[in-house]
Amino acid sequence: MINKISASVHEAVSVIHDGATVLISGFGEAGSPIELIHALIDHGASDLTVVSNNTGSGHVGLAALIAHRRVRKMICSFPRTSNSFVFPELYRKGEIELELVPQGTLAERIRSGGAGIPAFYTPASVDTPLAEGKEHREFDGKKYVLEHAIRADFALVKCRTADRYGNLLYNKTARNFGPVMCTAANTTIVQAAHIAQPGEMDPEHVVTPGIFVQHVVHIPEPAHESVLIAENKKYPW
Amino acid sequence: MVKDTEKTVTGWSVQQMAQKVAADIEDGSYVNLGIGIPELVAGYVPEGREVIYHTENGLLGMGPEPSQDEEDPELINAGKKFVTAIPGASYFHHADSFTMIRGGHIDVCVLGALQVSQKGDLANWSTGDEKAIPAVGGAMDLVAGVKTIVVITQHNTKTGEPKIVKECSYPLTGKQVVNRIYTNLAIMEVTPEGLVVKETAPGVDMELLDQRTEAALIDGR
Repeated sequence: MINKISASVHEAVSVIHDGATVLISGFGEAGSPIELIHALIDHGASDLTVVSNNTGSGHVGLAALIAHRRVRKMICSFPRTSNSFVFPELYRKGEIELELVPQGTLAERIRSGGAGIPAFYTPASVDTPLAEGKEHREFDGKKYVLEHAIRADFALVKCRTADRYGNLLYNKTARNFGPVMCTAANTTIVQAAHIAQPGEMDPEHVVTPGIFVQHVVHIPEPAHESVLIAENKKYPW
Repeated sequence: MVKDTEKTVTGWSVQQMAQKVAADIEDGSYVNLGIGIPELVAGYVPEGREVIYHTENGLLGMGPEPSQDEEDPELINAGKKFVTAIPGASYFHHADSFTMIRGGHIDVCVLGALQVSQKGDLANWSTGDEKAIPAVGGAMDLVAGVKTIVVITQHNTKTGEPKIVKECSYPLTGKQVVNRIYTNLAIMEVTPEGLVVKETAPGVDMELLDQRTEAALIDGR
């Protein structure tokens, strides 16, 4: 019988090893798998390369993982927000690496990684500093830059509903990077607020088919980053 | 001619600028609004026109700000502000969102600017300051793929430097990508012949505009 539901959040992340590349879903706090990230902090894996749109806020979630010096390198499109202090401070001191990627290129690099496409040409960033040193090619008189796919060891993704097969439904704009990240990791670990019985989800509505998911953890009431920050919380508490 | 040695002419307000931009967006357009002043445009769509707003974090059919008790941390826009979804809206993942952007499906994108050149080059993500944390977001994808790129910006910086320039000195977001520029002083169109002034704000003539602009201007009013 296939049952991808893990007994605990700690068991789910225990497979993550030092030096791993980890995709982390979310755009700002929407879709950020805070409980999985906190379990990863407890687990202790370090020297990680993290791929995520932002770098976290306050001292919880992704920002806390970075603050605990577990991340060697961030690959992201927008590493600063009004509430982000941890990454900027380490970056200014030269203590964390940054690979800055246009947001659409980031999504497409991950999508390609999941789809078995090693690289692709895009018009985004041509004639800007972010395309310098990269291979260019002209198609129909227009310039494009070659971008390489991103494949990862692990993906940590937040969703609303999952079943034991790993079929997933998301919530509003918290979907963002989740579906593409699920496809691009050797091991995808998902936190879900609801666990559905097989067949409860209409197959027409399934957003991520279970084949892309290896482990599901039930987190019935996930915390919201902005609420934790308003309460001045710092992980670990 | 207008004597403006004291720089007293301020032209249109940002609300009036947003109104001018909104007036030029056609009925039925799919529109992406950048963060900040561009967001004001949504408030001035003329009656009788229906415009669908796209936000690149994954919503087509973005509605106005919610009331405080309807705020949902999982329903936000690209500026990470709380928004609503209109009846008929759809959610999608990032690769689909940027398929809409890069694939030429979005009609209009309204963006802010640090500098715009007379050829339509745009610089709006970095001043090249070594101490600043570089951040780009979706700007480079938007200018590469959206059909019409509109810039809304003050004509000059707070210290009076021109933002409409011959060549951008800041790192580019995209080369030859801007179609129209709306500032507090004028509306300009990027054409193969050069930067054409379509309209000037009250109290602004070409002489004053030339004083405040580094780029070469063509009077097309």
